[in-house]
Amino acid sequence: MIRYDILKTIAPILKDRLVVCNIGSPSQELYQLLDQPSNFYMLGTMGLCSSIGLGVALVQDQPVIAIDGDGSVLTNLATLSTIANNPADNFVLLIVDNGSYGSTGDQPTYAGMATSLTEVAKACGCRNVVECSAEETAAELERAISSGKMTIIISKCQPGNVNVSVIDDDPVNIANRFSNQIRELNS
Amino acid sequence: MPTTTDKAILDSLVRNKIGFITSVPCKQLAGVIELVDSHEEIYHIPSNKEDEGMGLCAGAYLGGTRSAIIMQNTALGVAINSLVTLIQYYHIPLPMLISYRGEVGEKVACQVEMAIHTKPLLQQLNIPHYHFTKAEQVNSLDGILQHSQMCKKPVAILADASFWSSAS
Repeated sequence: MIRYDILKTIAPILKDRLVVCNIGSPSQELYQLLDQPSNFYMLGTMGLCSSIGLGVALVQDQPVIAIDGDGSVLTNLATLSTIANNPADNFVLLIVDNGSYGSTGDQPTYAGMATSLTEVAKACGCRNVVECSAEETAAELERAISSGKMTIIISKCQPGNVNVSVIDDDPVNIANRFSNQIRELNS
Repeated sequence: MPTTTDKAILDSLVRNKIGFITSVPCKQLAGVIELVDSHEEIYHIPSNKEDEGMGLCAGAYLGGTRSAIIMQNTALGVAINSLVTLIQYYHIPLPMLISYRGEVGEKVACQVEMAIHTKPLLQQLNIPHYHFTKAEQVNSLDGILQHSQMCKKPVAILADASFWSSAS
C-alpha cells in the first residue's frame, strides 16, 4: 500500500473531523479524496504540520488529526519533544512513513534507513507511540481517537504518489473555513 | 526578577486576549517569559526553534485563540519561510516580541552581525516593525497588538538593550 491507499482507508474516519494535512502530495491526495471545511491543507512550510496540529489541539476540545510524513517530521524533529511535553489528549499525529520524500521525487529519507521515528518519538517522551503497517492504520487511528489519549502513529508503507492536481483553493479561504468549522464544532 | 516593564508587557498581552504564547529564550526576555509562564490565562509553550513556534501559533490562532511569539532577532534567519508561506500567506496575526540584540549597549560582538540585517529583512518582508529604545514605549504595545489583529499580519516589536536597561 502507498500513502493514497492509506488515505482512502482512513477517509471515513476523517470525515467531519479536524484534519491538518502535510504539504504537497498528502494534501493534494486528501483534497481529491475528501475535501471538507474541517481540512487544513498546508500549501507551503515543510515540517510544520505536527506543530500546527498541536496548536489547534491545545486551544479547543475537538479531536485533531495531523497527517504528517517521515521526511517532514525529520525536518522538524524537535517537534516530538514539544508534543511529548505538552500533551493534548485530543491530538493524534499520524506519520505516514514511506521512507521517502514523496513530493520531490521519492528520494529516500533517513527514516527508511537507520533512523526509527518510533524510537525517536519514544525517546522524546511521547507516551502512546504505535508503529503499524499500512493495512492496520485505519484500525489504529480509530483506536487512538476513541482512547482519549494523545497518540503518535507511525504507519509504514511503500513510497509512491498518485497523479492528482495541485490545490487551487485560496489559502485565506482554507484558513477561514477551517476556523469557522472549529467554532461550529465547539459551539 | 521581572521588572515593572516586564509586568506592563504581560498586562498588555492579557488585555489584548493573547492566550497562547510560544517562546525561545533570550536573557533580556527572561523576566517576561517568567511572567508569561506563570499566568493562568496564557498557555505558554516553549518551542525549540522559532519556525516550529510559528506553526504552533498558527494552529492556536486557527483554533480560536490569539497567539504571540517571544524570540530573538537572530531567529529571523530561521523563520523567514514560515513567516511568508504560513503566517502571511494564510493571513494570521502574529505579534513577535523580539529581543533586538546587537544594538548599542550590546556586549557580544557576533550579535551585531544579525542586528545589521534585522530591519532590512523586516522591511523586505513587509512586516510592520516598532523599535523600542525606552521603557515608556511599552505604553504603545496595546495599539501594536490591536493593529496586528486588525490587519491580520505579523508585527515585530524590536526591544533593544537600551529599552531593557531603562526598565524599572
